Amino acid sequence: MSDLEKFRSETRAWLQANCPPEMRKPMTSEGDTFWGGRNAKFSSEPQRIWFERMRDKGWTVPDWPREYGGGGLDAGEHKVLREEMAAMGARSPLSSFGIWMLGPALLKYGTEAQKKEHLPKIAAGLIRWCQGYSEPNAGSDLASLQTRAESDGDDYVITGQKIWTSYANYADWIFCLVRTDASAKKHDGISFILFDMASKGVSTKPILLISGYSPFCETFFDNVRVPKSHVVGTVNRGWDVAKYLLQHERAMISGMGERGVGRPLGQVAADSVGSDEQGRLGDPMLRGQISTFEIDEAALSAAAERAVDLAKAGQAHPAFSSAMKYYGTELNKRRHEILMSAGGIDALEWESERSRGGARPRAWLRTKANSIEGGTSEVMLGIVAKRILDLPGA
Amino acid sequence: MALVLNEEQSMLRDSARGFIGDKAPVSHLRQLRDAADATGFSRELWKAFAEMGFCGLLVPEAFGGSGLGCVEAGIVLEEIGRTLMPSPYLATSVLAASALSRGGSDAQKSQYLPKISDGSLLAALAVDEGTKHRPLMTRLRAVRSGNGFRLSGDKAFVVDGHTADLLIVAARSAGSAGERDGLTLFLVDPGTKGIAIERTAMVDAHNAARIVFDNAEVDADGVLGEVDQGFALLDGVLNIGRAAVASEMVGLSEEVFGRTVTYLKERKQFGKLIGEFQALQHRAAQLYVDIEITRAAVLKALQTLDGDFDKAAAAVAVAKARAGTTATLAVQEGVQMHGGMGMTDQFDIGFFMKRARVCQELFGDSNFHADQLARMKSY
Repeated sequence: MSDLEKFRSETRAWLQANCPPEMRKPMTSEGDTFWGGRNAKFSSEPQRIWFERMRDKGWTVPDWPREYGGGGLDAGEHKVLREEMAAMGARSPLSSFGIWMLGPALLKYGTEAQKKEHLPKIAAGLIRWCQGYSEPNAGSDLASLQTRAESDGDDYVITGQKIWTSYANYADWIFCLVRTDASAKKHDGISFILFDMASKGVSTKPILLISGYSPFCETFFDNVRVPKSHVVGTVNRGWDVAKYLLQHERAMISGMGERGVGRPLGQVAADSVGSDEQGRLGDPMLRGQISTFEIDEAALSAAAERAVDLAKAGQAHPAFSSAMKYYGTELNKRRHEILMSAGGIDALEWESERSRGGARPRAWLRTKANSIEGGTSEVMLGIVAKRILDLPGA
Repeated sequence: MALVLNEEQSMLRDSARGFIGDKAPVSHLRQLRDAADATGFSRELWKAFAEMGFCGLLVPEAFGGSGLGCVEAGIVLEEIGRTLMPSPYLATSVLAASALSRGGSDAQKSQYLPKISDGSLLAALAVDEGTKHRPLMTRLRAVRSGNGFRLSGDKAFVVDGHTADLLIVAARSAGSAGERDGLTLFLVDPGTKGIAIERTAMVDAHNAARIVFDNAEVDADGVLGEVDQGFALLDGVLNIGRAAVASEMVGLSEEVFGRTVTYLKERKQFGKLIGEFQALQHRAAQLYVDIEITRAAVLKALQTLDGDFDKAAAAVAVAKARAGTTATLAVQEGVQMHGGMGMTDQFDIGFFMKRARVCQELFGDSNFHADQLARMKSY
C-alpha cells in the first residue's frame, strides 16, 4: 500500500468514527454554517463536537503548516481528505474568510510575527474576519479606493467608508485596503492593513438586500488609530497582496454552487411537476434544462479537480481562478433559476413555516450577488482576455 | 489519479502533434477534397502512422499493440482534430480495436488485431440506420440459417465503410426495435454476396458509407461476443468512440479558437485592432473558459473509461455533450469573428465548422447525451 492509500484508509476510518451523523446531512440553512469568532455560538451539540474534533486535528485548515495550527497535509493528502469528506457528505467544520482569504495572503506576505499572531486564531475559529475592499465609488474599479490612512508617529489614522463588507457586524477583525500615498498612481499608493473592529471609530450598518437578509454592511472608519506594524507586505504595495487574496476569494466563490448539494435537481423537480409513464419529468423543457445544467456542473467539477492538479504540477495559470469564478457563479445562478422553476408557486412563498421562511426564493435572490461579489463576471472576462489571452488594450 | 497528462502521455502528445502537424496540415485535407480522391485519405500516410505505433495503442501487447488506454487514443484524436487529418484511425484503431479486444474470441483476436496494429487491415463499425444515432432502435435483421445467419437491412453513416476490409455490424437477432436484448454483433467480409456499399462523401470531406445487406451470409464464427446479448459490448465500444470523438472536438475547438484569437490581434477596423473591442474580448474569454472546462470533462471521461469502465457512462455522456456544444460555439464564433473571410472556401475555418457538425452527430449529439444522462439519473 502506498503512503497515500494508507493515509486514505486511516482518514476514512477517522472520519467515520468522528463525524457525527447530523454533520453528514446537507446544510439547509445559514445556522448550519459555523463561522467562529469571539461571540460564536454553536447551533447544535453535533456542530460543536465536529468542529472541536476537526480543530484538534488541525483539519479546519488541513494544508496549513502545523506550527500555525494547520494539519500540515501536502497537496495529495489534502485532496484525499476532501474526497473522503465529500464521499461521506461531511460538512465543513468551520467557514471563515480568515481561512479562505486572509490566511493564504498572510502565509505569502506576512511577517513571522503576523503569522504567529493571527493564523492559529483563524485555525481555531477564535477570531472572525471581514474584508474591507469595496467602497461606494470603488466597485469594479477597486484600485480607485479613497479610504485614507494618515501617518502619525507609529500609527496610521484611518478615515473613510467601505461597503458590501460581508458580516462586518459580526466580525472581530478586518483586513482592509487603505490609501497610504494619495499622490501616487492609483495602484501604487495602497496598503493592506489589519485591525480590530472593536477599535474606537469603527461602526457598521447592515444593508437590507432583495433576499430580505443583511449579509453585507456599510462600514465606517472615523479616525481609527492602527499601529503601522499591522501593515501586511510592503507599504504602498498592498495591491499585490490584494490581488493575490482575490485569487483565493474567487476560487472560494466559484465553488459555492457545489456546496450543500442536497437532493438531485431531477428529483426535486419530479416532486412538483410529476413524471410521465416512462419515468421522464413531466415538463420536457425543464428536463432538458436540468440535464444540460448537470452536464455543465459535472464538467465544472472536473475542471476544479484539474485546476488543483495543474497547480500541483506547476502548470496552472495564475489568472485561471477568474475563469472558474466566472463560470461557477453563472452556473450557480442557473441552478437556482431551475430550482425556482421546479418549485413553481410553492417556491414563491416568503414567510410560511411550510417554506421554511421562504428559504428557496431567498437563496435564489442571494445567488444574484455571486456574479458581482469578488469581481463581476465582466471583470473576470476582462482579466481572462488580458492576462490569459493577451488581447490588446484589455 | 491526477486530471493531467503524465510524462509518457505528454511525450505521446508531442510526437503525435509533431507528426500530424508536419505531414497532414489542413492543406492535406484540402488537396484530397479538391482531387475528389476515391479513398479520401492517404494510404501512404496511414502506413507511416502505423510505423509510429499509433494504430495499435488500444491493441493488447499479446496481439502486437502497445496495450495502452483511452487517454492515449484520445491524445492522438485531439491532435487529429487540430488539423482535421482524414484517416481510418477512429474506425479501425479505436472502434474496431476496442470491439475485438473487448468482445473477440482468441481466434478472432489473433486473426484481426495484429493487422489492425500494423495498419494493414481497415475496419468499420456499422450501427446507425435512421437519421439520428439510436443504437437501441437497430432493425437490421439477422435470421438463423444453417450454421450461421443471414443479414438483411440498411446501415448509414458507416465511417470509412467504403474502404473497410472488415465490417462490424450491429444486427437484431431477436426481439424488436427499442429492446436491449436481441442485438448481436457480427464480423462480416464486405465482399460477401448480397452486400452493396455506397461511398457517401460528407460535408466535412471525410467519408462514410451507406450499406445495404440483402440476405448476406455470415457463419457462426462471425459472431462477435454473445448472440442476442451484444448491446452491452456495443454500448461499451460506442462509449469509447464517443469519448474519442469528444477528444477530437477538443483539439478542433482549441485550434479554431487559437486561429481566431490570432486574427483578433491582427485585423484592424476603425483604426484599432478588433481584439481591443470589449464586445469581442468577452466572447473570446467565454469561449476560452468553455474549452478549458470541456477539456477537463473529456479527460475525466477518458480516465474513467480506463480506470472504471462499467461506471464511465455518465462521464462519457457529459464529455460528448459538452464537446459538441463547445465545438459548435467555437466554429460559429470562429467564422463570425473572421468576418467575410470566414465565409470563403479559401480560408480554413470553414473546414473546422463542417467537421464539427459531423462530430456533433457522430455517436449521438448533445441532445442525445443530455437525454441519456437524465435517464441514468431517473428523471
